[in-house]
Amino acid sequence: MSNFQSISFFYPELILTVVILGAIIYDLFIDKSISGRVGWVVITGLAFVALAIHFQNGLKTTTLFSDAIVLDPFASFFKQIVILATILVSIVSLSSGELDEYRKGEYFALLGIITFGLFLMVSSIDLIMIYISIEIVSIMSFVLAGYLKKKARSNEAALKYVVYGGFSSGIMLFGLSYIFGLTGSTNIFQIQQSVTQLDLASSTALTLAIVMILAGFGYKISAVPFHFWTPDVYEGAPLSITAYLSVAPKAAAFALMIRFFNQTFADGGAMNGLDSISLTQLPWPEILSILSVATMTLGNVVALQQESIKRMLAYSSIAHAGYMLLAMPVMSGDSIYAIMMYLVMYLFMNLGAFFVVIIVKNKTDGESFNDYKGLGWEMPIVGAAMTLFMVSLTGLPPTAGFIGKFYIFASLIKGGSTFYWLVIIGGINSVVSLYYYLKVVKYMYFEGERTDKILFPPNTLSGALIITAVPSLLLGIYWNPVANWIQNSLVFFIQTL
Amino acid sequence: MDYNILSWLIWLPIIGVAAIAFIPRDKVDLIKIVSAIATGLQFLLTLVLWNNFDSSIGSIQFEEKYEWIPSFNIEYYLGVDGLSIPMVILTGLLFFIGVFVSWNTKKAVKGYFALFLLLNTGVMGVFLSLDFFLFYIFWEVMLLPMYFLIGMWGGPQREYAAIKFFLYTLFGSVLMLIGVLGLYFTCGKTFNIIELTQVAPEALSGILWWGISAIKVIWVLIFIGFAIKVPVFPFHTWLPLAHVEAPTAISVLLAGILLKLGVYGILRVNYGLMPDGVYWFSYALALLGLVNVVWGGLCALAQTDLKKLVAYSSVNHMGYSLIGMAAVVAAGESHGLNMKAAQAGLGGAVFQMFNHGTISAMLFILVGVIYERAHHRDIEGFGGLASQMPVYTGITAIAFFAGLGLPGLSGFISEAMCFIGAFPVYRWIVIASTIGILLNAAYFLWAFQRVFFGKLNEKYSNLPEINRLELFTVVPLLIITLFFGIYPAPYIDLIASTMDTIINHVVSLGSYASM
Repeated sequence: MSNFQSISFFYPELILTVVILGAIIYDLFIDKSISGRVGWVVITGLAFVALAIHFQNGLKTTTLFSDAIVLDPFASFFKQIVILATILVSIVSLSSGELDEYRKGEYFALLGIITFGLFLMVSSIDLIMIYISIEIVSIMSFVLAGYLKKKARSNEAALKYVVYGGFSSGIMLFGLSYIFGLTGSTNIFQIQQSVTQLDLASSTALTLAIVMILAGFGYKISAVPFHFWTPDVYEGAPLSITAYLSVAPKAAAFALMIRFFNQTFADGGAMNGLDSISLTQLPWPEILSILSVATMTLGNVVALQQESIKRMLAYSSIAHAGYMLLAMPVMSGDSIYAIMMYLVMYLFMNLGAFFVVIIVKNKTDGESFNDYKGLGWEMPIVGAAMTLFMVSLTGLPPTAGFIGKFYIFASLIKGGSTFYWLVIIGGINSVVSLYYYLKVVKYMYFEGERTDKILFPPNTLSGALIITAVPSLLLGIYWNPVANWIQNSLVFFIQTL
Repeated sequence: MDYNILSWLIWLPIIGVAAIAFIPRDKVDLIKIVSAIATGLQFLLTLVLWNNFDSSIGSIQFEEKYEWIPSFNIEYYLGVDGLSIPMVILTGLLFFIGVFVSWNTKKAVKGYFALFLLLNTGVMGVFLSLDFFLFYIFWEVMLLPMYFLIGMWGGPQREYAAIKFFLYTLFGSVLMLIGVLGLYFTCGKTFNIIELTQVAPEALSGILWWGISAIKVIWVLIFIGFAIKVPVFPFHTWLPLAHVEAPTAISVLLAGILLKLGVYGILRVNYGLMPDGVYWFSYALALLGLVNVVWGGLCALAQTDLKKLVAYSSVNHMGYSLIGMAAVVAAGESHGLNMKAAQAGLGGAVFQMFNHGTISAMLFILVGVIYERAHHRDIEGFGGLASQMPVYTGITAIAFFAGLGLPGLSGFISEAMCFIGAFPVYRWIVIASTIGILLNAAYFLWAFQRVFFGKLNEKYSNLPEINRLELFTVVPLLIITLFFGIYPAPYIDLIASTMDTIINHVVSLGSYASM
C-alpha cells in the first residue's frame, strides 16, 4: 500500500504522536510542582489509542508504507499489551518518590515515544524498519534509565545501557547486512523466498547472520549471554522504568522475534493450532534451545544470591525471558500461543512485584531484603499482594504464573520428544526459583517485629496494585477470556510472492 | 443426592476463611469458633456422605461435572468412591479435631486459622477431584498454607523446615505436571481421570520415548511426585524436620492426612492409568516398602526427641502400606489368580492409611500435651510420669500399643492384612520386614519405659494432668482405634467393592509381558 493510502490505517500511531506532542507542549506552560499532570494527559491519550486499535480489529490485514510495516491482529495484540504496561507504569510513576525531585513532563513524553517505537517494533516486516524501531526504543530507554540525574547509579546505568546497546545493535546490523547480501532484499517475505533457494554453501554465512541478529534480539529480551547490562541498568534506573523495561520492550522484542523466525526461516504457518514448517536446515531451533536453557538457568542461579530485591527481580526477569524462549524453538501455533499467554500473565505479576518495590522504596528508601522485614504485618494488603506476585512468578497454581508455565510446558510436550529435555530443565528451574521468591515472603512475615500500626500506600499506588494483583490471581482460575483473545489474535499477515 | 455435597465439602472452609477475613484480629475467640463451625459442618457433611454412600458400587458416586476451560478440555469434575471416602471422612474428622488442638494458639490467630482452613480446602479438593488439572491445582494449593503454618508457628528451626518441605514437594509436583501433560497429549487430550483410566492403558502401550516405554517414563515421573509425599525412602528427609518443627495441630494433619495423599495418588493415578506399570514396578514398590519399614524403625530407635520418634514411626508405618499395595499382582495369572491375597494386600494398604491417620494423629497430640507442660520433648529428660499423670499415661500406653501393632487395636489388623496379601508373592520381603515390627515394638516400648517408668523427675512433680480439651481431641481417635481393632468389618465393607474394581482393572489390563 502506498504511503498516502497507509495514513488512514495508521491513525492509532498518529493519535499517539499528537498525544506526545501535546504532552511536550503542555509541559512548557506548567510549573514543576504540578508537572505530574502531563502524566494524566499521556494516560488519557493512551486510552484513546487503545480504543483506536480496538476499532482497527475489523480491518483486513495488510502492509503499510510500501511494505515497511504490517497491520495484523498479532501486532494489535502486542500493541494493546504495550499500552496496558505503559498506562500502569505511568500511573505508578505519578506517586513514585524517586521522581519527585525532577520535572516529570519529559519523563511521560519519553514514555510515549517508547510506546511509539514499540508499536513499530511489533509490526515491522522490513530489516531496516526492524533496526530503526529497535533504536527508537533503545535511545529513549537510555535517557529514561538515567533520569535520576543527581544519582551516580542512575547515570552509570544509562552509560552502561548505551555502551551495551550500541555494541549489540551494531552486531545485529552487521548480521542483517549479511542477510541482505545473501538474499538481496530487506523485506522478510522476499528473504523467506530467497532463503529456500540458497545453496548449502551459504548456510554457514546464514547461521552466522542468525547468531548476530540474535545478539540484537537477545539484548532486548536480556537473554544470556547478552544480559550483562540488565542487573546494573535495572538497579540504577528509576524503579518505574525498571518495571517498564522488564515488561514492555521484552514483549515487543518477543513479538519481533516470533515474526522474524516464523516468517523468514519457517513458512509462517504457525497460527491457530497449525505447526510451521522449517524451510531450511539451519540450526536455529537448536541455537534458541541452548539460549533459553542458559538464560533461565543463569537467571535463577544468580538470583539466589542477591541481597537487593531490585537486583533479584532483574535476574528473575532474565529467567522469565528464558521460560518464554523455551517455547520458541517449537515454533508451532501452540508455542506462539503459549508465549503470548505467558506475556499477559507476566505483565501483571512482574509489574505488580515492581509496584510493591516502589511502595517499599517510598517508605524506607531502600531496596534490600532487610527493608521488607515485617512488611506483611505493617502493610497487610501490600504484603499479601507481594506474596501473591512471588507465588505467581514461581508458577504455583492457582495463580496466573502457573497458567503461563502450563501453556509453555504443554506446547513443548506437544511439540514432540525432541523438546522433552527442555521441559525437565524448565521444571527444575522453577523449583529453584521458589527459593528466592519465598525469601521475600520469609522476610515479610517471619522476620521483624509485629506492629499494630497498619499503613496504607497512597491511592494511585493501591489502585495500580489492585489492577495487577486481581488478574494475577483471577487469571489463574479462569483465563478463558484471555485464551479467546489470543486465539483471535494469532493471525499473521502473510505475503505470498 | 443432588445437593452438590462434594462442592460444599470443598468450599465450606473457604466460606470460613472469608468470614474470618472480616473479623477484627483481636476477637480471637470468635475466630476460633468460626473455624470450629466451618470444620464441624464439614465433618457432619462427610458423615452425611458416608450415610448416603452405596458401598456395593465399585465406581464413582456423587459426580459433579461442569465445563471450566473448554479450549484445554479442563473440567470441574468431582466424585467419590471407596478409595477416597475413608480419606474424606478422616479429613473432616482430623481438621475438626485440629481446630481444638490449636485452640491455645497465641500468635497471629487470625492468620493461623485462615491458613488452616485454606489447607483444609486443598486437602479435601485433592481427594475429591477427578479432573487432573483440578487435582493438580488443589495439590499445589496445600503447599503455601503449609509453608506458612510451619514457618510462622513452628519451632526453632521452622524456616528451614518450611522451605525444605516446600522445595521437596514442589520438585515432585513439577515432575508430576510433566507426567500429566505427557498423559494428556498421548491419551486423547483429556484430563478426566476416569476417562483416562479407560483410555490410557491402551493408548500408552507401544509408545517409546528415547527408546524407553512411555509407561515407564510417566510412571516414574508421577510416582516421584507422590513418593515425596508418602514419603518413600530416599525422599523422606523433609518429613522428620517438618514434623518436629511444625506446631502440634499441623503435625497431626501432616501425618494424619497429608502423607495419605501420596498413597492415594499412587492408587488413583499410577494404578488406574498404568496397570502395566504396576507389574513392572510392584517388586520395587515392595522393596521400597521394606526399606521404609526397616530404615524408619532404625531411625526411630535412635531418636532422643519424642516427636522425631513419632515422625520416623510414620516412615516405618507407611512402608507396610507400600508392601500391601504391591501385593495386587497376586491376582494375576503368573501368581495363580490369588484374588484373596490381592484383596488382603490392597485392602490392608488402604486400611493402614486410615489407621495410621488416626494413630499417628493421636501420638502427635499426646506429644503436644507433654510439650505444652514441660516445654521440651527429650525422651531422657522425663521419667516416672506414670505416677504423676495416670490418665495421660494410660492413653499414651494405648496409643503406643496401637502404634506398635498390638492385636486388638486397629493397627494390627491392617499391618497383618498387608503381610498376608504380600506373603504369597514377595515371601522374603515379608519375612525381612518382620524385623521392622520388632524395631517398631522396641522403639515404642523403650521410649514408653524411659518417659513413664522409673523414678519421678523432681522437676515435674507438679505437672498437671491432661485436661478436658485435650481429652476431647484424643478420645474420639482412641475409640476409633479400639473399635476397628475389634471389629474392622464396617471399614472393609465400605471399601471392598472399589478395591475389587482396582484389582480387576490392574489384573485384566496389565501384565509383565507388555513392558
